[in-house]
Amino acid sequence: MQTAKQDIIQQLQKEVLSMQRLKKVSGSILNTGLWEVEKAFPDQTFPVGAVHEFISNAKEDAAATNGFMAGLINKLMKKGTAVWVSSKRTLFPPALKIFGIEPERIIFIDLWLQKDVLWAIEEALKCDAVSAVIGELSELSFTESRRLQLAVEQSRVTGFIHRYNPKSENITACVSRWKIKPLASDISGIPGTGFPRWNVQLLKVRNGKPGTWQIEWSAGQFKHVTRQTYSLTEIQKRKAG
Amino acid sequence: MRRYVAIWFRHLKTDWMVRRQPELKDVPFVMAAPEHGRMVIRAANTAAQAKGIDVSMVVADCRAILPGLQVFDDKPELTEKALSALAGWCLRYTPVVAVDNLDGLILDVSGCPHLWGGEKPYLKEIITKLRGFGYDVRTAIADTIGTAWAVSRYGKITPMVEHSYQLEAMLPLPPAALRLEAPILERLEKLGLYQIQSFINMPRKALRRRFGQTILTRLDQALGQEYEVINPIQPVEPYQERLPSLEPIRTATGIEIALKQLLEKLTARLNKEEKGLRKCMFKCYRIDGIVQQIEIGTSRPSRNVAHLFKLFELKIVSIAPALGIEVFTLEATIVEDISAQQDALWDFTEGGNGTAIGELLDRIAGKLGADTIHRYLPDEHYWPERSVKAASTLAEKPQTRWRTDLPRPIHLLRNPETIEVTVPMPDYPPMLFRYKGELHNVSKADGPERIEQEWWLNQGLYRDYYCIEDEKGARYWLFREGSYEHGDPKWFIHGFFA
Repeated sequence: MQTAKQDIIQQLQKEVLSMQRLKKVSGSILNTGLWEVEKAFPDQTFPVGAVHEFISNAKEDAAATNGFMAGLINKLMKKGTAVWVSSKRTLFPPALKIFGIEPERIIFIDLWLQKDVLWAIEEALKCDAVSAVIGELSELSFTESRRLQLAVEQSRVTGFIHRYNPKSENITACVSRWKIKPLASDISGIPGTGFPRWNVQLLKVRNGKPGTWQIEWSAGQFKHVTRQTYSLTEIQKRKAG
Repeated sequence: MRRYVAIWFRHLKTDWMVRRQPELKDVPFVMAAPEHGRMVIRAANTAAQAKGIDVSMVVADCRAILPGLQVFDDKPELTEKALSALAGWCLRYTPVVAVDNLDGLILDVSGCPHLWGGEKPYLKEIITKLRGFGYDVRTAIADTIGTAWAVSRYGKITPMVEHSYQLEAMLPLPPAALRLEAPILERLEKLGLYQIQSFINMPRKALRRRFGQTILTRLDQALGQEYEVINPIQPVEPYQERLPSLEPIRTATGIEIALKQLLEKLTARLNKEEKGLRKCMFKCYRIDGIVQQIEIGTSRPSRNVAHLFKLFELKIVSIAPALGIEVFTLEATIVEDISAQQDALWDFTEGGNGTAIGELLDRIAGKLGADTIHRYLPDEHYWPERSVKAASTLAEKPQTRWRTDLPRPIHLLRNPETIEVTVPMPDYPPMLFRYKGELHNVSKADGPERIEQEWWLNQGLYRDYYCIEDEKGARYWLFREGSYEHGDPKWFIHGFFA
């Protein structure tokens, strides 16, 4: 009886996911190496073919966010091409190599106007030949994010929107919202700086459980440092949905 | 097989005069221009030449030979005017006609003579027509421009050089038939080389050493080993389509339909010829006589209707139909071959998705400008700002490897910003620094990494870079310009590590 019930629940969950077009596409399971983080997502897999939102407020956070994103993109693009749309870009291409990305495989589109950035992101997301699209902008309204979501539902491209210093952290149609902050690196006993280490905060995730993790990038892989699960209050949980 | 006809107008200027003033036909006359205070003959007609009067003689001397010689002022612009008019007239024989250096025409007649029943009647037709106008012409037909030119000027046997018989035709001709400059001709003559056959078999090295590269180029061009291009008076623009409309079109939908039809016609043709267009112009002729046009460019040759239409679609709004458009034309201004090789060049995506990405970039370039798209390749410089270079094409591959042995920040400031630091002792990383009013206590540091100025590019102080981690965990890339030995060096922040 009990197992039958669970089966029904699982079946229904899958149906809900497919209705939300978050169904796993066969063969596109992303091996991010973020075992703990992946548990937060529906179906225990990192959603590809969706738009993820990252928010950063300080320059240091922005660099950490781009680093974390670069790690994810590396897993995503393998041998493909990614498009990086931004206004006022400070990203230094050679550093991408540290995160396993061949910098020449990234096509940068540098624009001035917010409107143009959004248009270019949408066009790039519609093109199913690119592996990932990264958009750096500050404001993203709900309607705009909905457009991006509709674009990826057709093309199955994964989008990353990095919002630097937004005026308000408004609701968007993105599948998740992240905040990445740098953490002090740790190399005990040896002087000097260590591997990049971040506090990865998953604030919102559709049909998943938000959480916070500490992650390090070393030897071309993500690594969990220590697991810290915050028990979220009921209000936060509701917000996340 | 290409065939060329060279037409030589032996007395272009004087024939032109005779056409205007028929009474001069049998009168010896010359055209002269002042040079160094004397009148020098620039053109003489056949009657004058029969009396021994020729070009570059002084008029006064000629008057001594022939007191009744008529002298007219030379019209320098006449040659060009007459030749271009004649070239225009020759378009009836072939679409590719070029004006050849002041006294002749070159016709690319490949595939034309059979319309006149063969090469012989074809040449005869040209000669009789031109002679009928009163022009004294000589012509020749051959596989190459060089041979046709030479035989028309110096040939004594036949104006028809059979297919691939250039060498035989050229052998007995004088070196001047190779279109060489006067000093080279003089040298050849001094050496007693009066015919091409007397030096054509000499080692190429020796010929080049004595007479320069020109002689070899000219020989190759005449024999067909080197391709020679002519400059047709009417450039060939075959990739053009035209669509007249029954009623003037005023709506955007109407324009779109017309554009789609034209694109389909044009791409059908490109498909057949295995070509793709790089640049395309869409023109709308309005009934009030004004032409509206939009142009698109693609990053790689394309013949995809949907893609090209999308590129145009972004610009259709700029067409003002006013009272209506009666004719549409679509012209591919630049057309390139689409070859399998080119696809391979692009293929850094390995999935063969190059076309789709190319089309995406075309759309972006079409709307926002091509200068917004960048791709970077490693450059062999240590100086951080110079360590990357922009790729000029989308297919370009890195010549060197990306370096990973040295730490480089993920965010690099375009211009380093000054910071205030406290340093325990020279050549040590700072203990704390102030950036934009905020104080950062340094907890970990790496460095220094000294990067010298590349003196052949820029003069200035070296930089000592430190990787710094502050107590909050944020990582920075700082540098000191110069050293403490010479005064107080400046400190800068240059980037942020992830």
